[in-house]
Amino acid sequence: MTHSEKENASNLKKLPLHTEHEVSGARFGAFGEWWVPLYFTSVIDEHETVRRGVGVFDISHMGEFYVDGPDARRVVNRWITNDVEKLKPGRALYSPVCRESGGIVDDVLVYECAPDQYLIVVNAANIEKDFDWFQSRLDGRAAVQNVSEQFALLAVQGPRSRGVVGKLFDVDLSEISYYHFTKFKSSYGEIILAETGYTGEVGFEIFCPVGQAPRLWHSLFQVGRGHGLKPIGFGARDTLRLESCFLLYGHDMTDQSTPLEAGIGWTVAWGKKDFVGKDALVRQKHEGIQRKLVGFEVKDRAIAREGSRIHRDGREVGIVTSGTYSPTLAKSIGLGYLPAESARIGQTLEIKIRGKLVKAEIVKMPFYKREKIA
Amino acid sequence: MNFPSELKYTKTHEWIRKEERTYTVGITDYAQHEISDVVFVELPRVGETVEQGKTVSIVESVKAAFDIYAPVSGTIKAINTLLESDPAIVNKDPYQKGWFFEIVPTKPEESESLLRKDEYEQMIRHGAER
Repeated sequence: MTHSEKENASNLKKLPLHTEHEVSGARFGAFGEWWVPLYFTSVIDEHETVRRGVGVFDISHMGEFYVDGPDARRVVNRWITNDVEKLKPGRALYSPVCRESGGIVDDVLVYECAPDQYLIVVNAANIEKDFDWFQSRLDGRAAVQNVSEQFALLAVQGPRSRGVVGKLFDVDLSEISYYHFTKFKSSYGEIILAETGYTGEVGFEIFCPVGQAPRLWHSLFQVGRGHGLKPIGFGARDTLRLESCFLLYGHDMTDQSTPLEAGIGWTVAWGKKDFVGKDALVRQKHEGIQRKLVGFEVKDRAIAREGSRIHRDGREVGIVTSGTYSPTLAKSIGLGYLPAESARIGQTLEIKIRGKLVKAEIVKMPFYKREKIA
Repeated sequence: MNFPSELKYTKTHEWIRKEERTYTVGITDYAQHEISDVVFVELPRVGETVEQGKTVSIVESVKAAFDIYAPVSGTIKAINTLLESDPAIVNKDPYQKGWFFEIVPTKPEESESLLRKDEYEQMIRHGAER
């Protein structure tokens, strides 16, 4: 560790399993306010483990809120652009939370525990912002509680994840499918087990009481050893999500971008009577968007990192919001914002990397899609 | 980590194998470990003249891009094109198949600033900065 890294580490928050990660030989780095494992062996090795086998991520940095009360359903439905009416107990929903302007406050997962109780999972960097946002938009008989410190969150992801999770808990996994979850008592306390993830593979996310996290982690490796389970760092979390075109808040979308611009218009329930940002979004839908998030492939041997400028016909027209090397495709890929009229698949671009203009092309998203067995 | 005693080293983690009229240059085991997952290598051109301490090559790993510096001033005599087709060889075999370029030094006296194995190891132990 260099001097500046040490300084960094002391100011940053540590995950509840930090010691376990040290023992596993993690290389750490900063992720927002957190000091997290970037990789244990190598990003590419861990990426391939999740695509072909099974890996576990410690994502306890994520925030969790409970919204309770007889009016919880109505209140949550005003906060999010997607529709809580699609939910019933045991189902989860992905949604942006928007400002009146249509700009994205955060992207969240909403879990319906009961019609009067919702769990909202938010991005770590937005915990305080979201809590204030929700708190100031409460009405009727509903209360919001920040329970982020009470939960550890582990994501078991990959084609072999079902085998590992099935051995860990005495639950019937055939009852759970994509975006479904179950809540049950176990020797680790109350567990919420959801079939959700951020990798593009089959996978599960396990919420457990923070004090139980070390025991659960060790049990996971006991049952997972035979399946080749490995710990996975934040490096591979980024390459996996980017291949699958899952957007990262603060990068691919911000308060300055709308769900339409970010290409997630499908998460806006246009028919819903009212929600924060509806007027602005309806207007933007009618008038058309000015800029759009696109996926590109870099044609030369270079990576277009976040912040790189995108050029077209000798003019700077856009900016890269995420860029990496795709281990699955063995290509340099990325996302960025462009004027809507340039955002066509097949359009060639140039991206400025280290002072040189490098060729790129807009391609279809996602870059990678898992083959589903019918 | 492995640092062969017949090589010389730089503070910026390049290794140098001195041959009669040329120096072969690569990056150390420590450097490849820090860089991790090499995915692209940008090499200098054969015939290019380079200056000690200046960037001659760029290594892109999944996590970041890293500059590789000329250990001495001179002319590039050969480059390892294998790094273009199989960049991961830098991680697997940094001292043999993973060499970067050969340089004909024009200021042989500059090589006096290069480190011996024990000096380089000591520097790493005291916390190296890239």
